[in-house]
Amino acid sequence: MSREPLLLVDKIVKTFGGFKALDGVSLQVAPGEILGLVGPNGSGKTTLINVISGLYHPDGGLVQYQGRTITNWPMHRRARHGINRTFQIPKPFKTLTVAENVELAHHFARPGAMTPREVLEFTGLADAADRLAQSLNSSQQKLLDLARALTTGPELVLVDELAAGLGPHELHQMADSLRHLADRAMALIVVEHHLGFVNQLTDRVIVMNAGKEIFEGSLALAAQDPIVSAVYLGNDAVDVSSVQ
Amino acid sequence: MLSPKLVSRRSHMGTNVAIPVVLLAAFSVAPMVYANQAVIFQMMAFMVLAQGVNLLYGFTGYLPFGYVGFFGIGAYGMAIGIELFHLPGLVALVVGALFSVIVALILSPLLRLSGAYFAISSLAASEVLYNVVANPALVHLTNGPYGESLVQSYHPETSYIAMVVLLIVTTIIVIVIKNTAFGRALMAIREDPVSAEMAGIAVVRTRTIIWIVSAVIAGLTGAIFGWHLSVFYPSTVFDLSISILAIVFTLFGGGGTAIGPILGSVVLYGLYNAIGISDPQYFELIYGLLIVLLVLFLPGGVVSLLQRRGNYVP
Ligand SMILES: Nc1ncnc2c1ncn2[C@@H]1O[C@H](COP(=O)(O)OP(=O)(O)OP(=O)(O)O)[C@@H](O)[C@H]1O
Ligand SMILES: [Mg+2]
Repeated sequence: MSREPLLLVDKIVKTFGGFKALDGVSLQVAPGEILGLVGPNGSGKTTLINVISGLYHPDGGLVQYQGRTITNWPMHRRARHGINRTFQIPKPFKTLTVAENVELAHHFARPGAMTPREVLEFTGLADAADRLAQSLNSSQQKLLDLARALTTGPELVLVDELAAGLGPHELHQMADSLRHLADRAMALIVVEHHLGFVNQLTDRVIVMNAGKEIFEGSLALAAQDPIVSAVYLGNDAVDVSSVQ
Repeated sequence: MLSPKLVSRRSHMGTNVAIPVVLLAAFSVAPMVYANQAVIFQMMAFMVLAQGVNLLYGFTGYLPFGYVGFFGIGAYGMAIGIELFHLPGLVALVVGALFSVIVALILSPLLRLSGAYFAISSLAASEVLYNVVANPALVHLTNGPYGESLVQSYHPETSYIAMVVLLIVTTIIVIVIKNTAFGRALMAIREDPVSAEMAGIAVVRTRTIIWIVSAVIAGLTGAIFGWHLSVFYPSTVFDLSISILAIVFTLFGGGGTAIGPILGSVVLYGLYNAIGISDPQYFELIYGLLIVLLVLFLPGGVVSLLQRRGNYVP
C-alpha cells in the first residue's frame, strides 16, 4: 500500500469466555479504499467490525485510525472522528420516523457531511421519510442504518451484510452507490456473503476463518486458493466458484 | 430541516408556553379558593415528582421505583442544613439538593442495568437509604427513627411559594428538553443505545446528566416538602407509596410529554383525595395494579390516545 493507511488493525484478539472469536487479525485500509471482508459463518467478521467501531474492546492488539491509537475509544468518539457502521441485524430508532432517525445522526455531523435529505435520496428512502422506522422491512432498515452512518460524514464506513435480502437489480445499484462513496474518498469495509456483490465492489478482499485471516488478495485468486477452498467446502451459503 | 415535526414544533410554541403560565396562575389562586392547603401543596409536590419520573421513564425508559430515595434524602439533607449548620430554610434546600446529587452519583452505576433489573435495584437502594437514615446509630445526625422537628424554621407560605417555583421550573425544564436536541438524544438512547453512540451521542454522560437532573428535582421536592411539614419521620419521606404514586401519575397521563404527568397528577391525585385518603392501602394496591396495566397495555398513557390520532401533545 503506497498511501498512509486510514485504518490500521494490528494483531487483534477478542475472546468470549475462553473462546477466541478473533485470533490475531491484522489489516490496513487506505483512504477511499474498499476492502471486502468474507468468510464462513462464525469466522469473526462481525466481531472485527465491532472492535473497529468500538462496540467491543479487544483483549489484545491495536486499532489505529489516522495515525492515532483508538483501541479503547468509546463508540461516540469514533463516530465523531469519522468512523461509522451499519449492523448485520439493523438497529434503527424504531419509534422515530425515518427522517428523525437521520436527523438525529446528523446532529453531530462532521463538516461536509451529506445532509439528511441527500442520504435519504442516496439510499432510496426519501419516499419513506415520514414512516416510522419499525414499519420498514429488514433491508430498508439496513439502508436506514447506512443513511444514518453516511449523514455523520464518515471517512470509514463498516458495512455488515447490506446485500442480504436485495434483488439482483437492487444489488447492482447498491454496488454502484458504494463505489460512488469510495470515489468521494470514503473508505469502506464491506462484510458480505454475496461474493458476486463483493466482486463488483473491489478486487481486494480478506478471507477470514475461525478468527484468523487466511487470505488477502483478489477474489479470483481466493477462489483458486486451496486453503480458502477447503474452508468453504461444503458450505452452501458461499459459493466461491460463482466469482469466476 | 426535513421533518414536518420540526416545523410544527415551532407553531406549537404557544401551547408549550401556556403550560407553566396556567400552572402558575392555578397554584397562585388555589389557596384562596380551596381551604385545604395541604392537599394543594401535596398535589404540586406530586406534579413535580411525576415530572422527575417523566424525565427518567418518559425520555430514557428507566422506571425508578426507588425514586422516593432522592425525595427522602433531600428532606434529610435540608433538615441537616437547618439543624446542624443552622442555615435558613431556603439555603438548607440547597443542602438537600446537594445530598441528592451525591446519592445520584453514587448510584449512577445502576444505569448500566436495564428494565426490571434497574427498577428493582433502584427500589433496593432507596430501602438502604431509608435504613441508613432511620438507623439509631445516626441519631446525632438524623435523629434516627425519632424524626426531625424543625418548628423554629416553619414557614408555610415561603415553602409553598418555593414549591410553586420548583413546579414551574421543572415543567419548563421538561418542555425545553422535549423540544431540543438533548431530548431527542435521550429518546435515541431509549430506543437503541448502540445506535445512539454511533450517531455521536455520549450515552453514558447523557444518561448520567438526566439521572442527576431527575434526582435534584426529587431532592428539592423532598426538601421543600419536609420544610413545609417541619415535622417528619424517615417513614414519612421514604414512603414507597410516594414512588408508586409519582410513577402511576406519569404513566397514566403519558411519559415523554410535558402535559401527561400534570394531567395524571390532577386526575389520579384528585381521585385519591376524594376517595382514597381514608383507606390509602387500597389505593396503593389499585395504583400498583394500574402501573402494571399501563406498562402492558397503554405505555404512552392517556395522551397517547390523542397522539395516535395525529394530534400534537405538548
Ligand atoms: N457477544 C458474543 N458473546 C459470545 N460469543 C460471541 C459473541 N459475538 C460473537 N461471538 C462468537 O464469535 C464467533 C464469531 O462471530 P461473528 O458474529 O463475528 O461471526 P461472523 O463472521 O460475523 O458470522 P456471520 O457470517 O454468521 O455473521 C462466533 O462463534 C460467535 O458465536
Ligand atoms: Mg456477522
